[in-house]
Amino acid sequence: MTQAEIKLCSLLLQEHFGEIVEKIGVHLIRTGSQPLRVIAHDTGTSLDQVKKALCVLIQHNLVIYQVHKRGVVEYEAQCSRVLHMLRYPRYIYTAKTLYSDTGELIVEELLLNGKMTMSAVVKKVADRLTETMEDGKTMDYAEVSNTFVRLADTHFVQRCPFVPATENSDPGPPPPAPTLVINEKDMYLVPKLSLIGKGKRRRSSDEDATGEPKAKRPKHIADNKEPIPDDGIYWQANLDRFHQHFRDQGIVSAVANRMDQIFRSLPVGYNISKQVLDQYLTLLADDPLEFVGKSGDSGGGMYVINLHKALGSLATATLESVVQERFGSRCARIFRLVLQKKHLEQKQVEDFAMIPAKEAKDMLYKMLSENFISLQEIPKTPDHAPSRTFYLYTVNILSAARMLLHRCYKSIANLIERRQFETKENKRLLEKSQRVEAIIASMQATGAEEAQLQEIEEMITAPERQQLETLKRNVNKLDASEIQVDETIFLLESYIESTMKRQ
Amino acid sequence: MASRGGGRGRGRGQLTFNMEAVGIGKGDALPPPTLQPSPLFPPLEFRPVPLPSGEEGEYVLALKQELRGAMRQLPYFIRPAVPKRDVERYSDKYQMSGPMDNAIDWNPDWRRLPRELKIRVRKLQKERTTILLPKRPPKTTEDKEETIQKLETLEKKEEEVTSEEDEEKEEEEEKEEEEEEEYDEEEHEEETDYIMSYFDNGEDFGGDSDDNMDEAIY
Repeated sequence: MTQAEIKLCSLLLQEHFGEIVEKIGVHLIRTGSQPLRVIAHDTGTSLDQVKKALCVLIQHNLVIYQVHKRGVVEYEAQCSRVLHMLRYPRYIYTAKTLYSDTGELIVEELLLNGKMTMSAVVKKVADRLTETMEDGKTMDYAEVSNTFVRLADTHFVQRCPFVPATENSDPGPPPPAPTLVINEKDMYLVPKLSLIGKGKRRRSSDEDATGEPKAKRPKHIADNKEPIPDDGIYWQANLDRFHQHFRDQGIVSAVANRMDQIFRSLPVGYNISKQVLDQYLTLLADDPLEFVGKSGDSGGGMYVINLHKALGSLATATLESVVQERFGSRCARIFRLVLQKKHLEQKQVEDFAMIPAKEAKDMLYKMLSENFISLQEIPKTPDHAPSRTFYLYTVNILSAARMLLHRCYKSIANLIERRQFETKENKRLLEKSQRVEAIIASMQATGAEEAQLQEIEEMITAPERQQLETLKRNVNKLDASEIQVDETIFLLESYIESTMKRQ
Repeated sequence: MASRGGGRGRGRGQLTFNMEAVGIGKGDALPPPTLQPSPLFPPLEFRPVPLPSGEEGEYVLALKQELRGAMRQLPYFIRPAVPKRDVERYSDKYQMSGPMDNAIDWNPDWRRLPRELKIRVRKLQKERTTILLPKRPPKTTEDKEETIQKLETLEKKEEEVTSEEDEEKEEEEEKEEEEEEEYDEEEHEEETDYIMSYFDNGEDFGGDSDDNMDEAIY
């Protein structure tokens, strides 16, 4: 784990779970597997705080535990899983596009709570959907269940490993920690539940048939006394499946862009006949992007999508784009040239790119210093004398991708820090505006006059309003940038992972 | 060493390769040496590409900000102990801040977690019941435990952070009387005689209703 990744994990944990969880989490990421007491001792936190933090981290699948010999339980953090927290909005949005609002809320609940039973999810989502519906309408559990089953069938949600039912009664003391198991075929098995019911609104008095005393906090609603039919069967979001989807999306959109270019040079017809389709596929196969390859001729030939090449192309396109935006289009031209020709001498670069020598050198060195391009030495003589050695410029896509990924982690960490800084600077003003909004809301609820509302609104002066506007704009920009950088991170990570798998 | 001082004058500035190949011609002005770290915010040569806008971008952005807010409200967000204020204020007694006895706000499935992670609830509740519900016969507890608990009650202020040794000692003593973690909100309040939820510090417009019938009636 690089420093940049650890820093980013720290920021994410702190934002989502608070400082205590952050301290424990980062410590585990740095040191690897450790038992409870060592964690408490090394971080200087009280045992109780460590326990609380570990419960939260385990619940959210960020830390796993293992029982070692002599009954010692060790905890290990999953750094990459922490980094995936950046992508939560994207997972939820994908669920929305595929399975509409119900799917969106199911995935959101699972992500917010780490793991839940199906019945709990269905109930919660039904309640939330009911809140947004018109008065008198409610969301049926059955509908939510159906969407849940569809999500399970398409593997977007999966079962968590569970405690195996032990038939033999262990004569000794129970183990310090259960060993959780799951096998492939059980992972998407939906329990046979007959969940009957409808969502409940929280506020409306007519639904409150249970007559709970208002003084009790919501988390002690009497429902937890009912037996849960699928007790012990927990579900979590299957992030890998989402990643697969993103990857496919990326490739499809890249091909679509390509198709557009091809399309324009061909006669456009709305009914694509088999022959034309064949032509398209051949074109794609011959296309230098090498997304589609033809394997064999049986049955007219099978077209396969070369995933690794596709990812490589996407990664390369990203690198090109970064060079273009950072150094200008002439630099980008040189970069593409070196990419294409694999190895080029200084002189050759100047000739092929048709850029004057001095400028070409300048650009090459700039890119070299930032590690987009590297130098390959090819000695002519065994003594490696510099005057008798070829120096060739080349692009090593894997190492350039790694470098760029590292920069992305740093970028996001900077973005988050800046956003937190901006928010902290204006903390007083933000709190004031929240208070005013709360007052206005409560006054509106009790039917106040326009004049009174006006008065309250004026509590925030015009320059303060301006400040708030600026703050909001900046925070939005920073947030949007984070989302954007995360897309790049995903692309680069996928490419690097795919490359490493092949080695 | 003898040769070091002597070698300085000889062949100064000779490089092992041909300088022109690198691109620095004879007599060219070299860039000035770098004497300080690069500026924090170097001037941008090219304008950055605009961020994606449009329905999808807006929606994901809003989603992100909502998620951030939502996670802060969930019980998984553990706030550090509030530092003790300089002067003990009367209203401190009536402000709920965090769960009692280091317990956590949510109920994990303890069957899935290592046993060592479970936080034992303090035995304070036994004593508390004697105060709130005088009808019940006072529970008999061991004298040693009572004294320890009484001392700790006196010391206890707002939040948690009981010392590790105390917890361990208590755990050892209470090994026979292991209890399930009960969390009865009414009785686990701060050292006051009043139901915390009755306390209305005036922020709610409209106030709560006192519907709690659990309380003993005198």
